[in-house]
Amino acid sequence: MTLIRPMFHEAWLAMGANRLRSALTMLGMVIGVGAVVIMLAIGQGAQYAVQQTISTMGSNLFIVLAGSFTASGVRSGSGGGPTLTVGDSDAIAELDGVVASAPTHMGSRQLVYGAQNWSTQVIGTTPDYLEARAWNVVNGAGFGDSDVRSATRVAVIGKTVAENLFGDEDPVGKTMRIQQSPFIVIGVLGPKGQNLDGRDQDDTVIIPLSTAQRKVFGTPFLGSVRMIMVQAASADGMDRTMASVSSLLRQRHRLRDGMPDDFFMRNLSAAAESEAETTRTMSILLGAIASISLLVGGIGIMNIMLVSVTERTREIGIRMAIGARQQDILTQFLLEAVMISFAGCLLGLILGVGIALAINAFTGMVVVISGSAALLAFAVAAFVGIFFGWYPARKAARLDPIEALRYQ
Amino acid sequence: MTQAVIRVLGLGKSYVTAAGDFTALHSVDLTVESGEYIAIMGPSGSGKSTFMNLLGCLDTPTRGDYFLAGERVAGLDGDALARLRNRTLGFVFQGFNLLPRMSLQDNVALPLVYAGVDQPTRRAKARVLLERVGLGRYAESLPNRISGGQQQRVAIARALVNDPSLILADEPTGNLDSHTSEDIMALFGELNAAGITIVLVTHEPDIAEHAKRQVRFLDGRIVDDRLTEVVR
Repeated sequence: MTLIRPMFHEAWLAMGANRLRSALTMLGMVIGVGAVVIMLAIGQGAQYAVQQTISTMGSNLFIVLAGSFTASGVRSGSGGGPTLTVGDSDAIAELDGVVASAPTHMGSRQLVYGAQNWSTQVIGTTPDYLEARAWNVVNGAGFGDSDVRSATRVAVIGKTVAENLFGDEDPVGKTMRIQQSPFIVIGVLGPKGQNLDGRDQDDTVIIPLSTAQRKVFGTPFLGSVRMIMVQAASADGMDRTMASVSSLLRQRHRLRDGMPDDFFMRNLSAAAESEAETTRTMSILLGAIASISLLVGGIGIMNIMLVSVTERTREIGIRMAIGARQQDILTQFLLEAVMISFAGCLLGLILGVGIALAINAFTGMVVVISGSAALLAFAVAAFVGIFFGWYPARKAARLDPIEALRYQ
Repeated sequence: MTQAVIRVLGLGKSYVTAAGDFTALHSVDLTVESGEYIAIMGPSGSGKSTFMNLLGCLDTPTRGDYFLAGERVAGLDGDALARLRNRTLGFVFQGFNLLPRMSLQDNVALPLVYAGVDQPTRRAKARVLLERVGLGRYAESLPNRISGGQQQRVAIARALVNDPSLILADEPTGNLDSHTSEDIMALFGELNAAGITIVLVTHEPDIAEHAKRQVRFLDGRIVDDRLTEVVR
């Protein structure tokens, strides 16, 4: 359309004719878009941080806990009963949709090395455990299946344990004691940081399951475990995998229909996802609050456009007299509103990104600036310009040319 | 034979007011042939402004018929009226009515913008017309840099830019001193000599004397329609 180019030029002239007013009108949009960009950056940053934490836990995990047992009226709580066995874990590992299945026994014990001692969580398990939790040994090596079979006294320690027990020494190859038994440290695990509950995941020692049962915890029923950690192949197949594990265990434990399960299952990923959901909600909320300022900016544009239409009534009359159609006048004023809106949006985007980066630089808060947020800002600017420019533009277009020409 | 530029039959305009119907224009008949130069006169309230607005396709009549360059105007919608104002008519106003932010050249070219003409053609035509009214060297100036008489010349150039069938001039000398008025009237005379049809609205008899035909309005009716006597 040949009209658009001269109209852009005219809109530009009109903006330039009243620079202060255009600038102040724009400021509303600058603040609105800036606020949205900053809030989205912070919100998405928080989401990103949560996702990072989740990914340290390992993906698609669920645990099977042994049922409780009752002795002399005292109930043990979940994991206390001798209902789960290493055999159950091996059977689970054979199921479709299961990547890894690690029988686990854990408890808090005192570690001693030289003059130092440290209380930490001791986990007796199989090599599958580290695999399921995507946990790498960064110094030394992990233990293998043969260590589990022959119940060797080797240990892999977390970073926090290494720091507290060994200080500056290299722990690998050193002998420490758990309870009274000596263990050789063969590896140090990579750092994972806090989990979602705020517990330090690096404050742990991992030893072969068989060794744990015989030398550390002791167990009345050899081969029974408190917990099995299972990793499913995919997040989508999680429910299906849990259902098949459940029916397998009922079958293995010879539970008839109507009898309650003698084990518990807990989806660890679900808890993590609800955390992520919370952050997502927070980020949407932040964005929504920020968009209110966009709305205010839009109203500012509408206000100024209405003033502009009144001021330029005579000009509109002249344009109509020399052949402008209603549509031409409408387009012209709409274009002006959209241009103010876009210019404000562009400046707001720059301001928002700048402030978000500054927040990151000064507070260390994670911010994520995404292209989609920028795109959204521009879509909103176009929408605000058209939505709030429409009424004034229509008012201009509907002026009576005779009245408009007579207007002083 | 020349085609009538304006043919008005029983044209009337009434307004509904709080005090009842008010008739600004009774049944008016008028024919203006191509190449005519006609002055419409009358005191305020005589209906000449209403008639002018109807001729200019800015207003629609309540009764009667109006043919502009052979096209029936009554019953046209807003866009069609805008097209007529753009292509068939050229307006010259008392207050010049140039757009203050635009250069003279852009002012002259503005009707071409609404006609959808491309920029090189717009520029070239605006230049030619500014030269014709003797202001070619001010093409890039803003309207407030030149005198009132010069502004009116620019307005006349703008009115001519789309090669209209008719120039409608509403008190074109009303804001000008007598010397400048003579200049403007001389320009109208030249344009008419070149074959352009001009309808001039004025209440000044000496300005009306420049036209070849004078039509007088009173109380919404034509009371006099005569050719100007050439005494000089």
